[in-house]
Amino acid sequence: MAAATKPKLAVWKFASCDGCQLTLLNCEDELLAIADAVTIAYFPEATRAVVEGPCDLSLVEGSISTPEDAERIQHIREQSTLLVTIGACATAGGIQALRNVADVAEYASIVYAHPEYLSTLATSTPIRTHVFVDAELRGCPIDKGQLVELLAATLAGRAPRIPTYSVCVQCKARGVTCVAVAHSTPCLGPVTQAGCGALCPSVARGCYGCFGPQDSANMTGMTERLVAAGVPRADVVRLYRTFNAHAPAFRTESERLAASGPQGGRQP
Amino acid sequence: MTDVRVFGSDGLDATIAVLRRRGYDVFGPTLRDDVVTYGPIESVADLPVGRGDEQSPARYRSRARGDGALFGYAAPVQSAKAQFLPSDELLWTSRPGDAASGPVIERQAAERRPVAFVGLRSCDLAAVLQQDRILTQRAHADVAYAGRRAGAFLIAVTCSDPADTCFCASLGTGPSPGEGADVSLTEIVGDGPHRFVATPGSPRGTELLDAVGAGPASDEDVAAAHRVERRAVTRMGRELRTDDLVGVLYASTESPHWDAVAERCLACTNCTLVCPTCFCTTITDAGDLTGGAAERRRVWASCFTKDYSYIHGGSVRTSTQARYRQWITHKLATWQVQFGSVGCVGCGRCITWCPAGIDLTAEVATLRAGDTALKSSRAAGPRPSPRED
Ligand code: SF4
Ligand code: SF4
Ligand code: SF4
Ligand code: SF4
Repeated sequence: MAAATKPKLAVWKFASCDGCQLTLLNCEDELLAIADAVTIAYFPEATRAVVEGPCDLSLVEGSISTPEDAERIQHIREQSTLLVTIGACATAGGIQALRNVADVAEYASIVYAHPEYLSTLATSTPIRTHVFVDAELRGCPIDKGQLVELLAATLAGRAPRIPTYSVCVQCKARGVTCVAVAHSTPCLGPVTQAGCGALCPSVARGCYGCFGPQDSANMTGMTERLVAAGVPRADVVRLYRTFNAHAPAFRTESERLAASGPQGGRQP
Repeated sequence: MTDVRVFGSDGLDATIAVLRRRGYDVFGPTLRDDVVTYGPIESVADLPVGRGDEQSPARYRSRARGDGALFGYAAPVQSAKAQFLPSDELLWTSRPGDAASGPVIERQAAERRPVAFVGLRSCDLAAVLQQDRILTQRAHADVAYAGRRAGAFLIAVTCSDPADTCFCASLGTGPSPGEGADVSLTEIVGDGPHRFVATPGSPRGTELLDAVGAGPASDEDVAAAHRVERRAVTRMGRELRTDDLVGVLYASTESPHWDAVAERCLACTNCTLVCPTCFCTTITDAGDLTGGAAERRRVWASCFTKDYSYIHGGSVRTSTQARYRQWITHKLATWQVQFGSVGCVGCGRCITWCPAGIDLTAEVATLRAGDTALKSSRAAGPRPSPRED
């Protein structure tokens, strides 16, 4: 393919840890094929080269947490034919969205010596809240296989195959022992979207929901099971408030539990 | 007179060795991550020696039995489905060819070695026969499945220690293996010497028992095997009434009980993926980054996902109410209309491995009880179907 006709790819960063961008660099086996198939227009983790927009595919990492970010994402959207958000920060606001259920000024005063120099929004919100998003890759970090699938699909002009069912589907398909049933380990797999290949249960850990809610998450049902397995209600709130605290299903349930005191929203 | 044989653990070990020598990949119950599962075995030592289990809704624990039993537990986490209808199977690959010939498509020939099972549960044997009927004996045979089943050798075993979640006796699928096995075993522990009473179920089963030198069983051996079976029947943790299941479920389509189940059901799919008779799969196609190579795979599917009922424009069953209703109605009622038998073999896996501990035997009992009440209340006017959007 002639260089001029190669689609242009850009990777943009907002409030995030760079882990999702690094997933792209970790695609060792596929990296040459990727570099061959696309022109990398902007990718600060990988290259200093800056190619002028517009670009065909923008991968956006990170959440919107400052007034400048809120403006910058509008320009990126204008320049991009397809815009795909990658990771829990971009798709749900990330761990920094914990501020959404707290007082950001108080947080800042604890963390920074001179909070007066900060210019920040009261909330950390997903990209979707600000601009139209063509597709989302979940996870903290994203899954390499899903990223390659997204790129292959985009290059072929087809829809990517990104399932939205639960982690349990992949857990059983891989023949992983269910940690919830066999060890009574709290596991958010039933309410969490697949994509990681049931990574945590495969090493005998419970899923902590880093891919955010699945498409049919029964949050109150999950809460009742966690409580029955001995997790105190206050701790259930914490389980829902990690990387995807601001994802609607997790947020609604954690707020319902937090609002209803120590007995926390027990079903009548 | 029926041909009944007997041998000790060494005879069982010899059986495994002969099967391996004859080129079979031998699978049997084995302990992995503290859970009994069917996996590759090379000798008796790979079986869960002296292990038992405790199974109840949403709970599984392995335990030491305090004896040397090799088959002293109930259903393993997965059935033989994982071997005969694998969760992810490559069907074909395609790569670019020259201009004249076009793409080169390679079908995945079933080059694997034939599979032998040693210690297949009676319920799992019944499930294999169900899947055979569904996947190979109807209008269109599933070639990949049929290929794996054709050469398979099945040694089934009587369940001596059913779990709290078991109810095969309700369905006539256990605790002793019925037809379809090449050899059926009953293990006798703590009633005379540790031994296995073996009944051949096919000419090659007879031949195998001859090859390992299994001698004739005594009347006492046969009586001991019957005692194991009778005791197991009394130890079934659960029961499923099978009379008029079609009537009960058809009358329950508008039952308010689906709402109650959906409060608990997490729509996680575990029940269907561990069910030995659930056979739904879907096809996924993928292309590589160059756009040249492609592959088609067949993977397990579940009626508990939203995507499962996706047709143009959206999903038909968006609510969990609708999905649970679909599952249990198919499993216990429409399955009979479609395939001529109940789609459940009473293994209890969907109860044990449901992270919400939902128990289909209890749900059916509730529906059965509500059936009459519902019929009278329906006179008051129709209730909307469990559907959303
Ligand atoms: S370990 Fe977690 S993800 Fe896996 S089946 Fe159990 S509940 Fe689901
Ligand atoms: S199992 Fe859960 S927490 Fe672990 S990687 Fe997967 S989605 Fe994330
Ligand atoms: S429905 Fe449940 S008990 Fe019946 S065969 Fe399937 S998993 Fe076993
Ligand atoms: S019945 Fe249980 S195993 Fe099945 S989808 Fe519902 S919660 Fe999951």
